[in-house]
Amino acid sequence: MSPTISRRRFLEGTGAAVVATTIAGPSGAQGTADITGTPPHAPGARTTRISLTVNGTARQIEVEHRWTLAETLRDHLHLTGTKIGCDRGECGACTVLVDDTPMYACSQLAIWMDGRHITTVEGLSANGQLDPLQQAFIDHDAPQCGFCTSGQLMSAKALLAANPAPTIDEVRAAMTGNVCRCSNYAHYTEAVLAASRQTDRRRV
Amino acid sequence: MKAFTSVSPRSLPDAVTALSRARQQGQHAIIVGGGSDALALIKERLIAPDLVVRLTGIRQLDGIARDSNGLTIGGETTLAAMARHDELRRAYGVLAQAAESVATPQIRNAGTLAGNLAQRPWCWYYRNGFTCFKNGGNTCYSAAGENQFNAIFGGGPSFIVHPSDTAPALVALDATFRIVGPKGERTVPAAQFFTLPTVNPARENALEDDEVLTSIHVPAAKAGMRSLYHKVMDREAWTHAIVSAAAVLRMDGNVCRDARIVLGGVAPIPWRLTEVEKLLVGQTMNDALIDRAAAASTTGARPLRNNAYKVPLVQAVVGRALTDLRA
Repeated sequence: MSPTISRRRFLEGTGAAVVATTIAGPSGAQGTADITGTPPHAPGARTTRISLTVNGTARQIEVEHRWTLAETLRDHLHLTGTKIGCDRGECGACTVLVDDTPMYACSQLAIWMDGRHITTVEGLSANGQLDPLQQAFIDHDAPQCGFCTSGQLMSAKALLAANPAPTIDEVRAAMTGNVCRCSNYAHYTEAVLAASRQTDRRRV
Repeated sequence: MKAFTSVSPRSLPDAVTALSRARQQGQHAIIVGGGSDALALIKERLIAPDLVVRLTGIRQLDGIARDSNGLTIGGETTLAAMARHDELRRAYGVLAQAAESVATPQIRNAGTLAGNLAQRPWCWYYRNGFTCFKNGGNTCYSAAGENQFNAIFGGGPSFIVHPSDTAPALVALDATFRIVGPKGERTVPAAQFFTLPTVNPARENALEDDEVLTSIHVPAAKAGMRSLYHKVMDREAWTHAIVSAAAVLRMDGNVCRDARIVLGGVAPIPWRLTEVEKLLVGQTMNDALIDRAAAASTTGARPLRNNAYKVPLVQAVVGRALTDLRA
């Protein structure tokens, strides 16, 4: 795939064309819809302006009280690296760091995040350099379909920050809350150990 | 999700006022700690609150404090904070282990002790919207349905099992729960906080809608006290207990001076094995005694069609807990 066209951008472009065709109809007399902008708040929904720091950048956003952190990140801050798998706190694909602690972004409301520091998978690389964990994930073929990968990375990131040389059991325990339907757990575990300072292979 | 208003009061009186006012205005208000269970219930449309009152911003409800009578654990203390607390790990192993066995790191980082104790049941009929007792109906579908994870003790008319890991640990430790509501404060022994379906099949505990479970007190550990929590799941991680045992013994050499054995995952409330405790007290702990205790642990069990496997499992878990504590 060309580096300038992502799958997301391709799908969005195709969708916009379909919507434009549908709305404009054969006469082309009507306008086109903007489907990439922030959706308006639902009529009557309670909103509040919150301030939070996302990947080191201060952001302010007017959130509906019912918006989860996951949908706020994806739909309104356009950080789509955080995935919504089950949307019920079971799969871990939406894992982000809240003040350096891993949590399920689908199970937190955005309004609860006022004043908090959020780190998403987009915040791992710096200056065009992948985080060593990301590189280890690539080197060890950790992702298969890739849908759970950003959540796996965030749990692993929190683990290594707290425990730079974990044992294999500690890695497994820390990543318990990230389910992989491709069942590639062994490669995820290997990748985290490779990125850690764990050098005593007997403990592995 | 249906639109609602979320408020995060900074003090307990503000929280109680918000709950009372909402009730007077005919609004449906709910209390939220970490949020995991509440948001799941809202998304599944099992509840549709107008107001969500979040308690985790109330400083006085968060943290573990020591006094001469024991430890007071704020209801909004996270399970993760409990699991890593030095004194809990050292003197109240059963509670630290129970907290650490809950769900996943992400949920323990957000989830609170009060939320773990007051979580709704995870029976699949309830969670999938069947109009059972828990959803405002007048039947329990598990009684004659897919009941492999349901109760073998204390069931009827609802056959849910209480899902909390910390609940059996706190009953075994003789903890006391502090509850604050518009009418003031009351304290309830842990064993009386949890209520059988015969009391009210729609509920699992003695909390009123506008009451807050503010803190839990565990008495000072006595000399010779040993405790542990064993949890058996249908996979090695990330689920509820199909059977668990919270065991607290006070030993004098090899002689058991006091015992509390409380099961999780087998009854609508934490299920205390009083007869097993009597059998242990005053006796020398040996293999024969442990075998007798394990065999006695399922006296009175009434398995449903698909959960008789829990009977030998309870015996094994109780036997293992006592064997490990003797060592």
